[in-house]
Amino acid sequence: MTNAGVPFDPATVWTVIIGLALGSFALRFIFIGMVGSRAMPEWVLRHLRYTAVAVLPALVTPLVIWPAATGGVMDTPRMAAAAVTLAVGYLVKNVLAAIFSGAATLYLLLFLLGG
Amino acid sequence: MTRTTAKSWFWRGARDSLPFIFVAGPFGLLFGVLAAEAGLDLTMIFTFSMTVFAGSAQFAALQLLREDAPTLIILASALAVNLRVAMYSASLTPYLGGAPLWQRALAAYFTVDQSYSLSIVKFETEPAMTVPQRMAYFFGTSALIAPLWYTATLVGAVMGSQIPDSWALDFALPIAFLAMIGPMLRTPAHIAAALVSIVVAILAVGIPYNLGLLVAGAAAMMTGAQVELMLKRRGLFS
Repeated sequence: MTNAGVPFDPATVWTVIIGLALGSFALRFIFIGMVGSRAMPEWVLRHLRYTAVAVLPALVTPLVIWPAATGGVMDTPRMAAAAVTLAVGYLVKNVLAAIFSGAATLYLLLFLLGG
Repeated sequence: MTRTTAKSWFWRGARDSLPFIFVAGPFGLLFGVLAAEAGLDLTMIFTFSMTVFAGSAQFAALQLLREDAPTLIILASALAVNLRVAMYSASLTPYLGGAPLWQRALAAYFTVDQSYSLSIVKFETEPAMTVPQRMAYFFGTSALIAPLWYTATLVGAVMGSQIPDSWALDFALPIAFLAMIGPMLRTPAHIAAALVSIVVAILAVGIPYNLGLLVAGAAAMMTGAQVELMLKRRGLFS
């Protein structure tokens, strides 16, 4: 929040946007576009089966333990909401139910604890 | 015949993506709000969402822009956050690789957490699907979500800083990701991968520029593959 409201150098922002657009497309195109229908070895596929479940928890963990909104201080409502979301998603196998349970937990605890 | 079944698969994809309205909506809104608060103008914000089309990478880039990080570091880190879409792309290749190049190029653009996670489950459970049916389903999963993402971003950008902090929109992203992870924990191998991912992410938090994410992801993928092999040898993996 240090420079909120202060415009960036537009050239920097556009460089980031264009570079990220090209780079993101390249990352997505590399296999499906270049490899096409050629068969991939079993050991590659065996690793790829775990892509999402390997990357997403690592992405989320720091956001849950050290949330930016509290300045990186551990926070009971957010920890509890995360636990409830994960548990409901695992047990009920329903993304929407998990989101609603997590959001309800977050709002309830923020309200009760005066966050 | 193929055309009509492909059409119905397209709508099945769109229908299955309905829950993600509650993810992409708030998530896009949040990106628009934060980007506007940071000082990006409407054209920048809309172009960002249209061309990059990757929520977590956009948030990462925005965060680093605010921190005045060097341009190259911003690009490298945001692309590192987005490396998983390369893995999604590889994972979808056995199912969609037989489609024409222009369709694969379009599919590449639409490869995000939501389209991938819905499609891969469908393709695995319905092995009889043809390539055009799979493509139709895949595009269906983005038919509502992508326009919603663009629109929500724009609305968020216009609303800017008027959203009160008490909405705790900051936590929309973790909740959305966690809600996706729960149903993915189908086997002990998936659970082991997720646990390693969490532990390594915590241990690697000091590694700069988001590289800890890549280390954790690689360690967790190897864990999943090894646990799967171990369970298969004992006849426990289906």
